[in-house]
Amino acid sequence: MPTLLRRGQFGATVCQARTFWQTMPTALTPCAIFLHPPLSNQKNVTIKDKKTCAACAVPGLCRINQSGTGIRTKQTNAMNEILQGLIQAAQLIFSLDRDLIEISLRSLYVTVTAVAIASAIGLPLGCWLAVRRFRYRRFVIATLNALMGLPPVVVGLIVYLLLSRSGPFGVFGLLFTPTAMIIAQVVILTPLIASIAHQAIRELWAEYHDLLISLNTTRRQRIGTLLWDGRRALLTAALAGFGRGIGEVGAIMIVGGNIDHATRVLTTAIALETGKGNFSLALALGFVLIGLAVLVNLLIHSLSRTEVSGRW
Amino acid sequence: MVKHTILPLTVQDAVVRRRKKVLVGPVSMTVAPSGLTVVMGPNGAGKSTLLRLLHGMERLSQGKLQWQVPEPQARRSQAFVFQTPIMMRRSVLDNVAYPLITHGIPRRAARNTAAEWLDRVGLTDSAAKQATVLSGGERQKLALARALIRGPEILFLDEPCANLDGRATREFEALVLAAHAGGTRIVMATHDIGQARRLAGDVWFIYRGALHEAASADQFFASPQTPEARAFLQGDIVE
Ligand SMILES: Nc1ncnc2c1ncn2[C@@H]1O[C@H](COP(=O)(O)OP(=O)(O)O)[C@@H](O)[C@H]1O
Ligand SMILES: [Mg+2]
Repeated sequence: MPTLLRRGQFGATVCQARTFWQTMPTALTPCAIFLHPPLSNQKNVTIKDKKTCAACAVPGLCRINQSGTGIRTKQTNAMNEILQGLIQAAQLIFSLDRDLIEISLRSLYVTVTAVAIASAIGLPLGCWLAVRRFRYRRFVIATLNALMGLPPVVVGLIVYLLLSRSGPFGVFGLLFTPTAMIIAQVVILTPLIASIAHQAIRELWAEYHDLLISLNTTRRQRIGTLLWDGRRALLTAALAGFGRGIGEVGAIMIVGGNIDHATRVLTTAIALETGKGNFSLALALGFVLIGLAVLVNLLIHSLSRTEVSGRW
Repeated sequence: MVKHTILPLTVQDAVVRRRKKVLVGPVSMTVAPSGLTVVMGPNGAGKSTLLRLLHGMERLSQGKLQWQVPEPQARRSQAFVFQTPIMMRRSVLDNVAYPLITHGIPRRAARNTAAEWLDRVGLTDSAAKQATVLSGGERQKLALARALIRGPEILFLDEPCANLDGRATREFEALVLAAHAGGTRIVMATHDIGQARRLAGDVWFIYRGALHEAASADQFFASPQTPEARAFLQGDIVE
């Protein structure tokens, strides 16, 4: 059974699971095979079996010696891990593994909601920027393009501070909930979607400009027309947002906390399993993630194509 | 018959400037309530700019336009057909219905009216096609139907047949004449002398951004008053 499914690996509490990352000593020589540093008998790390390294939690792979340092006991090979990952991915999928379905659905829930909100803001914003001339337009567009490259970790940190108990929005108790993850992703995705939408709509506006001016349309009507006629390009913008969101780990790790059965999603599970040295499981999750992203893209494109042939 | 409320239009010393360069003007004229005016002149003379100016699409650096009604109201009774027709990425039917829908007419009624107009311009078979697949001649017919669907009092056409072949041009001209017979004031730019002779009731000859000569068609073609117009009609290169 994949280690992902084992409950209470680090003891039962959420707190321990989170502090796990912070409590690992870094000064000692690293456990050679795994990416995590060696472990001492730290009080926050529960070692159930003296033979098993708590960080990898793979029996027989890593052993704790007397001095408390994790040592490698089994040689692994990268190609082998990839193959194992594929097999494990297939197993997880075909056995309809409950935990896998849960975290996949949570991934989808968080990202789809974030993309929907970010699109609702970003698409009209991008369109408005294309249509409207005002003094600081260029500045706003440059800012938008710069925000597109916001480091997710920094966004995560800021949202974390805003939502934490002592922060301005602490009273809502949102930290370490999927809602917090959605908020962080909305912040990351909105500039991206707005910027791509702006570029697409700017071209369409250049084409439609004379006609819409001649027909004496209101600004609202212009934006509505451009959004509607540019819907395929805007769909691409939303899909780009989805791609960025579903694969994002830095921000949601910080604001979500990667809590099992609460805020664990595919990407944070991958980070966790990689940290524990469960490469094949991490890879399996990775393949599921890629599959999911491809599936959603195909689905949306096939839907938009039927619409095209139906209407045009 | 169209009821005339916005015309005549009086233009006073109108000037369009771009980066300190005068494109058109100063122009002073009166656009009478009825007629079919052909705007002629060499390329770059300022025909397009003049039409856009009259239509209210160019910012005036100087002078003013005076319709018989306030400007916003006047805008509603005008239409413009561009040299390169703008095809919205929608069906042919929805392209034609669009001006009605933006004027608050319910979608279904707008589509019904659009279907009638497609019938009039002979595009019924293409109604469900996407507009961008139409040929050049069909595009201009679509643009004409879209311009006429609101029943404008005045219709501006900017070299609509510049990219059409003989047959498409003839069909298009017939539609313009039909609109004119229906009472629509027509102002049409062309550099095709044959077309001007076939259609014109009167002629404005534009030269270097100014209204160089204005006369009835008979008079203009029989005895142009300025050497530039004479040279232009003889097919000489006028710059
Ligand atoms: N957007 C513009 N910026 C600068 N110059 C322009 C612009 N549009 C047109 N012009 C210039 O204005 C002059 C008149 O152009 P136009 O009205 O299109 O002439 P026509 O339609 O008679 O061929 C030309 O010299 C052209 O180069
Ligand atoms: Mg022109």
